[in-house]
Amino acid sequence: MTESGGIVREAMAGEVVLAVNGAERRIPQGSTLADLLASLELDARTVVVERNGTILRDRSSFASLDLAADDSLEIVHFVGGG
Amino acid sequence: MAHADLISAATLTDPQPLVIAGHEFRSRLMVGTGKYASNAQMIDAIEASGAEVVTVAVRRVDLDRSKDEAILHHLDPDHFFLLANTAGCFNASDAIRYARLARAAGFNEWVKLEVIGDQQSLLPDTIGLLQATKTLADEGFKVLAYTNDDLVTALKLEDAGAVAVMPLASPIGSGLGMLNPYAIRTIKQRLSVPVIVDAGVGTASDACIVMEQGVDGILMNTGIAAAQDPVRMAAAMKGAVEAGRHAYLAGRMPRREVAVPSSPTTGMLGS
Repeated sequence: MTESGGIVREAMAGEVVLAVNGAERRIPQGSTLADLLASLELDARTVVVERNGTILRDRSSFASLDLAADDSLEIVHFVGGG
Repeated sequence: MAHADLISAATLTDPQPLVIAGHEFRSRLMVGTGKYASNAQMIDAIEASGAEVVTVAVRRVDLDRSKDEAILHHLDPDHFFLLANTAGCFNASDAIRYARLARAAGFNEWVKLEVIGDQQSLLPDTIGLLQATKTLADEGFKVLAYTNDDLVTALKLEDAGAVAVMPLASPIGSGLGMLNPYAIRTIKQRLSVPVIVDAGVGTASDACIVMEQGVDGILMNTGIAAAQDPVRMAAAMKGAVEAGRHAYLAGRMPRREVAVPSSPTTGMLGS
C-alpha cells in the first residue's frame, strides 16, 4: 500500500476522490467546481480557488470546470490579520 | 499661514493627504483585523480608528465551519481599502503565492508583503523580501514591504519596486514602541516612496512619537486589539497619529540642556 493510501483513496463507482484543503473528499462523478462550492455552501465570490497549483481567476468558469480524480484544490478566503 | 482656518476647524486638517502609488487615502492610520474578541468589536474599533486601509490575511476556508472566520461577512469592501498581507510566509515563493491568491479575490493588486525569517522574533528575511518584492512588482502588484529598520534594505526595496516601505517600530505584537527613532528618521529622509511604520506600537504615545519622526503613516493591529478596551484605544490611536503628524508639521522647539524661563526675568518686586 502506498503512503497516499491506495485502498482508502479508491473511488466507489460514480464518485471521484480529490483533495480539498489538504483533506480527502469524495464528490459525485461529473461534479463541477461550482457544484463542489455549492455543496460546501461557499459563495464563489468570497473565495479564491487554486487547482493543482494554478489560481482560477475567472469565476465564471467554475460552472463548466469538471473536477477530476486526484485534483488538489485549495480554497482560501480573507480572515482577520495584521 | 491661515491660522484662523486652523483654529476654527474642529480638528486640524492635514495639508497633504497620504498618497501611495497615486492613490489618496483618508487616514494615515492603517489597522489590522486580527486578534479581536469578536467581529462586532473589530468593526467598532476600526470605525473608531478612522482607518481606511485595513489588512487581512489569506487562509484556507475552514470546511468544517467551526467558526465564522470570513472577514468579508463583516467588512464592507466598498467602505474600506482591503490590504491583504502575506503573514505566516517564511520564504519568497510562499509569499508570492499568497499575494497572487489575494489578488485573485478581485479587490485590488496591493499587498502588504511579509517574508518572515525567524519564528521567534518574526523579523523579516530581507533577502527573500527583496526577491518577492521584485517579482511581484514586475507582475503589477503594489507592494508595501514590511521590513526591519535598516536603511540599506529600505533603499533596496524601493529600487526593487515597492510603492511603500514599512519598517518596524519594534517586533510584531511586542508593543515595545519605537526602538530606534534615528533609524526610522533616516529611512524617511532617504526614501522617495512613503514610509509607513508597521508593528510594535503599544499605546497612543508610541504612535504619536512615531508620527513625530515625519513618517507618512502607521499600521498597527495588536496595539489596538490587545488593549483592555480596543474601541477606546482605536480612538486614542486616531488622535495620536493626527497629533504626531501635526507636531511634525509644526516643527518642535530645539532641545536645550539648560532651563530657559518662560516668564519675564525683569520687573520682579523689590528689584
